Order: sequence, then structure tokens, then C-alpha cells
Amino acid sequence: METMMAYVVGVLFAAGIYMMLRRSIVKLVIGLIILSNAANLLIFVVSGLTRGAPPLIPDGANEVVGAVADPLPQALILTAIVIAFSVLAFAVVLIRRAYEVVGTDDLDKMKDTDT
Amino acid sequence: MNPELVLPILIPLTAGALSLAFWRSVRLQRMLAVIATGLLLGSGVWLMRSTIEQGFLVAEMGSWPAPFSIVLVSDMLGAIMIVLTGIIGLAIAIYSLASTPRGHEKFGYYPLMHLLLAGVAGAFLTGDIFNLFVWFEVMLLASFALLTLGGERAQMEGAIKYVTLNLFSSAIFLSAVGLLYGMVGTLNMADIAQKLNSVEDPGMVTVVSLMFMMSFGIKAAAFPLFFWLPASYHTPQVAVSALFAGLLTKVGVYALYRVFTLIFTQDVAYTHTILLWAAALTMLTGVLGAAAQFEFRRILSFHIVSQIGYMLLGLALFTPLALIGGVFYIMHHIIVKTNLFLVSGITYRLLGSYELKDLGGVYRQRPYLALLFLIPALSLAGIPPLSGFFAKFIVVRASLEASEYVITAIALLVGLLTLYSMIKIWAEVFWKKVPEHVADVSRLNGDVKDKHNWAYYVPVVGLAMCTLIIGLYGQPVYVLAETAANQLMNPQLYIEAVLGGQSK
Repeated sequence: METMMAYVVGVLFAAGIYMMLRRSIVKLVIGLIILSNAANLLIFVVSGLTRGAPPLIPDGANEVVGAVADPLPQALILTAIVIAFSVLAFAVVLIRRAYEVVGTDDLDKMKDTDT
Repeated sequence: MNPELVLPILIPLTAGALSLAFWRSVRLQRMLAVIATGLLLGSGVWLMRSTIEQGFLVAEMGSWPAPFSIVLVSDMLGAIMIVLTGIIGLAIAIYSLASTPRGHEKFGYYPLMHLLLAGVAGAFLTGDIFNLFVWFEVMLLASFALLTLGGERAQMEGAIKYVTLNLFSSAIFLSAVGLLYGMVGTLNMADIAQKLNSVEDPGMVTVVSLMFMMSFGIKAAAFPLFFWLPASYHTPQVAVSALFAGLLTKVGVYALYRVFTLIFTQDVAYTHTILLWAAALTMLTGVLGAAAQFEFRRILSFHIVSQIGYMLLGLALFTPLALIGGVFYIMHHIIVKTNLFLVSGITYRLLGSYELKDLGGVYRQRPYLALLFLIPALSLAGIPPLSGFFAKFIVVRASLEASEYVITAIALLVGLLTLYSMIKIWAEVFWKKVPEHVADVSRLNGDVKDKHNWAYYVPVVGLAMCTLIIGLYGQPVYVLAETAANQLMNPQLYIEAVLGGQSK
């Protein structure tokens, strides 16, 4: 299972970077989304997949009993998703405004500020 | 629980929220900006004093013991950075009173500025690697919005590059944090540092350390990851440029200092050699890029890149003296670079252009302004007795002691080239006659009298004074940098300060 997930993460990273290298700004943003999802999935996989073991303490007990999942990576991913969402919202507005102002979605034509 | 440890984050956050509440009243927001950044500076000084007295300050959030809770830690380096954040914040807030266009103020300029400062202060104080990521994002989101405020074509183009590269760097950072957590099962930086030494696969540690180096390298604009900086930093209005130039890249440098002195010291021969060459090439490419430019703020932007190289050099050599030099360089550079951008804003207001070929004759009209430019410019080039001289001197001496002669030669050459491009600005903007094709000379001759005229000059004079003080009374500042470097060289102190709280 973990091996397969590792491949999934790898493919997502590759796909994200490939999309970021395209010339259209829409595809660039799609690449960024894929990349942030790949990073989230990576956290999930490296911290160890546990099946059917919720991170819960039984009623009345003070300690965990038996196998439990580590809740921390899930908290991390949750935070990262929220951040990625807000950043994405900004990026979508940005590319829309950029398209209006610059009049193209071709990154190769946005060279005014380069040296 | 030390209140001064939390205040540098709480003050800008509260001020940001209050500014949002006063959305309709620009006057209240302006007042609040100056008061809050003044308080931030005050709390920074307080924090510095307590840090000098007590060594390390540690606050555990939610009263959980250290490795489980999120901790705020202040060591000397963190305290220095917080004080500098306060100084720059105050200078920018005052300068903004005069320079920020009405439209920007109405669209949330001040709340964004406060949130940016909160993010920066949080990044300097946190002792938790994931929280470092979160504060980075707080800072980045505010900076994205500040960068695009105004919505001109150049800003949009610059912002797309800036946003893309920074998000890419965040993705690498997040992945690296995930891999690190998978290896050691903790996020507390002190705890990570302790547990990484017993990881069975040292090769993996090096891989993760390189991921961190890449991510922070992008944020710090190190070679070869700096191209977004000269493409975007000159596009927003000048107070924003100055704020970014002073603080944002230095957060990346700070993160590199923190991570590569505390956590990743296992394979110094490998990682710090990479840093060393990155530093050398950063210095060289930055200054050569600046030499090719003929636009005021672009020259300054390229110089940020080249000066980052000196700071990285201090870290890469990894000797006590080199770290002192690096910390000293950070202090000097934040103040000087912000000041140069602010001066460029004043000349823009006088002559209406940033292109060197359209500028001229400022010395004849405003000799004091010319002097105010010369102080930071010569300091940047490393002329004694200004602050830059000591910063460069310590770094160069450290690289000589480490027998890195090639690097020393590069550092000295870059100093010369810096002087060249500063003199280029001086000659073009201040010394030469007003070019004939510039029609509107009357703008310079007639006194441009808007209200809040003083607000342009107070921060510039104040920052120039800071430069002079660091230069003329270098010893106390040197002692601060020395304490910071000592703490960085002995990560055990940091680990004990953070994790020693368990027994309390």
C-alpha cells in the first residue's frame, strides 16, 4: 500500500512540475494545486499509513489501547489544506486580473519586468 | 511566561484586526500604524533586554511541556531580528503616511502591513518547524496582496513570478517537513536536532537538509534561485519595495541560519560547501546584474541578491567569527537597504522617474538629500566608518582565516563592484545636470509641498542615524552579534533551554 502511495506522490509531483513548466498561467496554477496536494499526500504517507485504527482513546481510559493512527500528520495536512486553499483563492484572482491587465495568458509574453 | 515573547506577534496581529475594523477611516488606520509599529519596536527592545539578561526565553503555548506543545523561543539572533523588524516597521509606517496613494490606503494597505509584520515576527520567534511554515505563509499572503496593490501591468507580471516561485518553495518546505516528521516523529526544532543525531540513515538526513536549503534559498534569493526577486521587487510602490527589501528575504536567510546551525549539522562538509559556492555565486551574479542595470530600484534589487551572498558566506564558513560577521551583516543590511529604497522614493517624487537617464541635478537642489543617499550607499559598498565596513571586514577576515582565498577574492571584488554601481547612481541621479529631454524641471526647482512632507525625511534620517551608530559605536553591536553567534555555534544551549523546561 505504502509503495503504491509513494508512486502516486511521485507521479503527482512530476505532473505538477510539468504543468508549472507550461506557458499558460492557468496551467501554471493547476500545477501549483497538484504540487500542494502532492506535498500533503507525502506527509500522509511518510508518517505511516495505519488502517482501521482511529486516533481515539476509549471511553474512560487515560491512554491509547492497541494500534492507533498518529493524529498529528492529519492536523498538519488540515492546516496545509487551509493555507493552500487561501493561496489558491488569491492565485485565481491574480491570474484573472493579470489576464485583464496584460491581455494575454502566455507567460513568454510577460517579460516586461525581467531584465 | 514572558509577555515580551508574545507581544511582538500579538501587537501587529491586533493592530491588523483593528485596522480592518476601522476599514472606513483611513486616518485612524494611519495613526494606528504608527502607534502599533512603535509599540512593536518597544516590545522588541524589551525582548532584547530580557534575552540579554536571561539567555534564552521559552514560552510553551497551552502549558503543555516542550516537545508536545508549540514553543516560542527567543535567542539572541531572534531578538536582534525582532528589534530590526520593529525599526523597519516604524520607518515604513511613517514613510507610508506621505508616500502611499489614497487608493492603496483604502484597499487595506495598513492591515496588510501589520499582518506582514506579524508573520515576520512569528517566523523569527517560533521554535516549531511546522509553525515556521505557517508564519511563512502568513507573511507571504500579506506580501502577495501588498505586491499587487494598485494593479499595474508590471505589478501583475512581477506578482505572477513572485507568487509562483514562493508557492513552489512552500511546497518543497512542506514536503521536507513531512519527511523530517516521518524520520524523527517530532516537530519541535530542539527535539528534532536532538533526535536527528541518532537517525540510522544519515543519507536521508542530508537529502532533507538539501530540500530545506532549496526552499529557504528560494525565499532568500540565493544563486541560482533568485530570478524572481529582480523581476518583482521594483514593481510595487516604494514603501512596499522597501519593506520587502529590508525584511522578506532576510526571513529566508534567518531560516537558513536557524536550520543549518541547529538541526542539520551532521554533514557540514557536504551541505556547507554547497552553501559556500552558492554564496560566492550569489554575490557575483547579483552585483554583475546590478552593474548592467539603469533603473534605480532594479539596481537596488540586484544588490539585495549580491548582499544575501555575504550573509550566506557567514553561515557557510561555519566558524564563530564568520557567524558573527553574518549576523552583523544581516543587521547592517536590513537598515541600509530599506533606507536606499526610501531615498529612491524621494527622488522619484522630486523628478517623477526611476530611470537613471531621466534623473539628474538633485545635488544642486537638495544637497542634504544627496548626503542622505551617500550614507547608506557608501555603507552598502563597505566604506569605513559606516556599518557596512565592519560587516564586510568581519566576513572577509573570517574567510581568510578559513583559508578560502578564492571566496575572499570574490567578496572583495564584489565590494568594489558595489561601490561602482553606487557611484553610478550618485553620478547619474545627484551629480550630473538635469538632462535636456526632461521637460518638467520646474518640479524640482519649485518646492513640492504636499502635506506630511516631513514623513519622507524622518525615516530616512532615522535609518541613516542607525547606520552611523552601528558604524561609529560598533563595539556593543559586535558584542550582540558575538553572543548570537556563540549561541548558534552551541546548539546544545538551545536544546537545553527548550527541552529543559520539562522538569518544571
